[in-house]
Amino acid sequence: MMGRGMWKYLVNVPAVTGRRLVIALPLIWLAVFFFLPLVETLQVSFTSPRRGIPPYEPLWGIADDGFFTNFTTGNYALLLQYWSDYFGPAFNSIKLAFFSTLVCLLFAYPMAWLIARSNEKWRTILLVLVMLPFWTSSLLRIYALIGSLNPNGFINAAGLWLGLIDAPIQMMQTDFSIYMGMVLTYLPLMILPLYAVMVRLDADLLDAAADLGGSGVQIFRTIILPLTVPGIIAGSLLVFIPAVGEFVIPALLGGPDQLMMGKVLWTEFFRNRDWPVASAIAMLLLAILTVPIIYARYQDGRDAAAETPNPKQAETG
Amino acid sequence: MAPFIRLKSISKQFADVVAVDDVSLDIEKGELFCLLGASGCGKSTLLRLLAGFEPPTKGTIEIDGQDMAGVAPADRPVNFMFQSYALFPHMSVANNIGYGLRRAGMRGTELAERVDSLLKLVRLHKLGGRKPHQLSGGQRQRVALARALARRPKLLLLDEPLAALDKKLREDTQFELVDIQEKLGTTFIVVTHDQEEAMTLAGRIGIMDAGQLVQVDAPRRLYERPKSSFVADFLGTISFVDGVVASRDKTSITIGGDLNICAACGDDLPVGAAVKLAIRPEKITLSRSKSGDVNEIEVVVEDLAYLGFATNYRVKTASGQMFKLQQQQRRSLDPPLSWDEKGYVHFDPQDVIVLQH
Amino acid sequence: MGRMNGLVLSLGALGFGILYLPIIVMVIFSFNAGKLVSVWSGASLKWYAGLLENDQLLSAFGTSLLIAVWAATIATIFGICIAVAFVRFGNFRSRLALSAIASAPLVMPEIVTGLSMLLLFISMESLLGWPSGRGVDTIIIAHATFGMCFAAVVIQARLRDFDMAIEEAAADLGATQPFIFLSITLPVIAPAIVAAWLLAFTLSFDDLVIASFVSGPGSSTLPIVIFSKVRLGVTPEINALATVMIVVVAVAVIGASWGIRRRLSSRDQNQ
Repeated sequence: MMGRGMWKYLVNVPAVTGRRLVIALPLIWLAVFFFLPLVETLQVSFTSPRRGIPPYEPLWGIADDGFFTNFTTGNYALLLQYWSDYFGPAFNSIKLAFFSTLVCLLFAYPMAWLIARSNEKWRTILLVLVMLPFWTSSLLRIYALIGSLNPNGFINAAGLWLGLIDAPIQMMQTDFSIYMGMVLTYLPLMILPLYAVMVRLDADLLDAAADLGGSGVQIFRTIILPLTVPGIIAGSLLVFIPAVGEFVIPALLGGPDQLMMGKVLWTEFFRNRDWPVASAIAMLLLAILTVPIIYARYQDGRDAAAETPNPKQAETG
Repeated sequence: MAPFIRLKSISKQFADVVAVDDVSLDIEKGELFCLLGASGCGKSTLLRLLAGFEPPTKGTIEIDGQDMAGVAPADRPVNFMFQSYALFPHMSVANNIGYGLRRAGMRGTELAERVDSLLKLVRLHKLGGRKPHQLSGGQRQRVALARALARRPKLLLLDEPLAALDKKLREDTQFELVDIQEKLGTTFIVVTHDQEEAMTLAGRIGIMDAGQLVQVDAPRRLYERPKSSFVADFLGTISFVDGVVASRDKTSITIGGDLNICAACGDDLPVGAAVKLAIRPEKITLSRSKSGDVNEIEVVVEDLAYLGFATNYRVKTASGQMFKLQQQQRRSLDPPLSWDEKGYVHFDPQDVIVLQH
Repeated sequence: MGRMNGLVLSLGALGFGILYLPIIVMVIFSFNAGKLVSVWSGASLKWYAGLLENDQLLSAFGTSLLIAVWAATIATIFGICIAVAFVRFGNFRSRLALSAIASAPLVMPEIVTGLSMLLLFISMESLLGWPSGRGVDTIIIAHATFGMCFAAVVIQARLRDFDMAIEEAAADLGATQPFIFLSITLPVIAPAIVAAWLLAFTLSFDDLVIASFVSGPGSSTLPIVIFSKVRLGVTPEINALATVMIVVVAVAVIGASWGIRRRLSSRDQNQ
C-alpha cells in the first residue's frame, strides 16, 4: 500500500519534525475531542432548553440587531432549588461509591495477597481468573447478577429449595445489590494495583518480622499494611472516581432509593430532554470529582518519579 | 552435658529436591561456627530450619535442651540476619533495631536506652533517625546485625553476612564480627561460601556438599587433615595423585608406578588398594638438583606466577602428573626455576594426605 | 506464606465466588429449556438457535464489530504516539498538558464524556457541517478518544522496560531514527501493541454509555440493544448471547496467556 517513495520519505523524516508530529497528533485530537467537549458542556450548562434541534438555546450569536447572549444561571439555580432531587443523589453517589470502594478493598486485598504469595503456576492462573471478567462486558456481568438476585432468581430459588428461607428475599433495588454490582464491575481494577505492590514485597521482610517476635496480626499491622498503602490508594481512586458517575449499575440494579448522579443525568437528558440541566449536572459531577482526580494525578506522578513506592513513615506499635 | 545445639538426622525435602540430607551436628555454647559450601549445597536451608522458617521433613532440632519441633520463629530463642539484610524500608534505623524489642513489650526509656546501646555496639550511634535507603551497604549490614542481636538471642544465625560488602570492608568487618561475638558470648552460626571468611571467623567449620555435612573440624584440621578429596579440593589449593598401594609397613605406604611416593599412613590399607594422595602446595619444594631424599620426582616447569612474596608453580612429570606448589621467596644459591626448566620436587611423607575417596 | 491463612483464604475464595457465581449460573441456565432462572426445565439449545435468527441482534453485533475494529486501530496508533512522547521525548514543552489530557479520560465518568462529546458533535455540525448527524463515525471517534489513553498506558509500560542498547546498536550501524523505530522498536514491543489494541477493542465493543449518547438512528451497537432488552427483564436469548461472548473471550484470554507462557518458557530454555 505504501509506495517505495512514500516509505523513503517516511524513514527519512528529520527527527525534529517527526517529534513534533508525534506529540501534536494525539495532543490535537484529545484537545478537540476530549477537552473541547468539556468546554462545550460548560457553555450549554448556562443556556436554556427549547424545542427543536438542538434542544437548547445557543449561548451567543450574531443576529440582525447585533450580539446576543442567552447566558443564564437558571440551571444551577434549579439544582439548588430542588436540592433533594439533585444534591441528594449527589451525596448518595458519593456515599455509595465510597462504601463500594471499601467493600471492593475488603475483598480485593486478600485476593491480591493470595495471588501475590502464590507460586508461579498458581499466580498466572489466578491472574487470568481475575482478568477474565474484566475482558467480558460489564453490562453482561451486571445482567448476570440480576439473574441471581431477582426475587425469582437463582439465589432465592436455591435458598427456597434448600429450605434456608421461607420466602424470597428482596435483594434487588437495594444498597446491597448496588454494592454487589460495584464489586462485580470494579474488583479487577482494585486487585491489580494491590497485586502490583504486594508482589514486590520482599518475602524476607515477613520472615524477619516473624523472627523478631511478630505475630500474624502484628506483622500485618506493622509491615504489610504500611508497605501496601500506595496500592490501596491507587486502587481506591481507580474505583471511587468512576463509581461516583456510574449509570448502568443503579439503572439495572437500583431502585428509587438508590438514585445516583449518573441515572439523574441520564433521565434529564433522555427522558426530560433538558440538555442544559443535564450539562449542569455533568459539571456538578466534575466539580465533586476534581479533588480526587487531581490527587490521583499527583499520586501517579509520585509513583512514576520514585521507582519503588514511597510508603509513609509508619508509627510502629 | 548435652551440647547447646543439637541437630539429629535433619532432612529437608522440597518436592523432588533433597536440600538437606540426614545432617547431624552438635554445637557448643558460645561457639562461632561456620557452615561452608558452594551455592545450592543446602547450608542456607539448614540455617532456615534452625530459625524455624521451615519445618524439617525429618529429624529433630534441640536448642538448650528444648525440642524446637512446632515452635514458631517468633518463639524461638534464635534470631536471623538475612543476606539481603531485610531492613524494613518504611522504618528508621532505630525503629528497625527496636522492632523485636517492641514485639516483646518493651517501651519508653528502657527501649530507647537498649536501642542506644545497640547503636553504639555496631558504631552507628548518630544514625538512629536515618532510613535504610539513606545508608551505605556497610551501614545497613550493621543495622541488620544490631536488630538481630536486640533480643539477646541464645543463638544468632547469619546468612552470608559479608557477601554484599566490597573486599576491604569485608576484611575489616570480619574482625569486628568476631569481636562482637566474643564480647557478647552469643553462639553464632555463620553461613558462607567464602572459605577465607570461614577460616578467619570460625572456631569450627562444617563443610556441606549436596545437602550433606561432609566434615566438621577446626580450620587447621580441615586444611591439614581433610577426610575426603572434596574437602581437600574445596579449601585452598592441592595436588592430587592417584595410585595403587604397592607396599606398606606399619607407619607408611608406598604407591607404585613411576612416581614411587611414600606417605605416612596409620590406616590399615592392604596392598593393591586404590588411594588418592594429596599434598598442599606449601609443603612441596622445588630445586634444581637432586638431594637423594625419598619422594623426589623429576619435573618440568609448565607455568609459574610470580606473586612477590612467593611464586606459584605448575610442574609436570614425564608421565603427565601435575603438581601445584608455592615457593616462598628465599635467599638461595640457586636461581629460581623458569618456564620449561627441569627440576626436582620434594615433599615429606608426613605431609602427604592419604584419601580413599 | 501462611499468616492469617484461614481468613485470607476464605475472603479470597468468597471474592472469586462473587465474581464468578452469577456468570456461571447464567451460563448454565442459557441451556435451560424454560424461561426462568429458578426452574430447570431440561436442557435445550433453542435460545442459541434463536440468536441466529434475531436480525436485530446480529446487525447490532456487526455494527459493534466494525466500530470496535476502527476505534481500536486509531486508538492504538495514537496510543503509540503518546507512549513514545512520554517515554522518549524527555521534558518537552507541552508535556504537562498532554499528560493531563491523556490521563483524565481514564478516570472520568463515562456519562460526562458521553454527554460532552455529543454536545461537541452537535455544535461542530452547526458550525462546520460535519459530522452530519450521529452514527458509526461519531461512535468510532468517541471510542478512539478514550481508547487511545488506555492504549498509551499499556504501551508505555512496555516501552519503559525497553532496552535502549538495541536501538543504539542500530544507530551505530548507520540507521536513522524513524527507520529504527519502525523496523526495530515496534516489532520488539509488538506484544504490548497487540494487547493495547485488544484492550481498546474490548472497551469499544462493551461500551454502553458513550455509545448511547453519540449514536444515531441505524447505528445501534450491541450493548445498546442488550440494554434496552434487559430493562424489560431477564430474557433467555440474552443469556445465550452472553454465554457465547463470555466463552469466546474466555477462550481467547486463556489461549493468549497459555501461548505467552509457552513462549516465555521456551525462551528460558533457549537461554
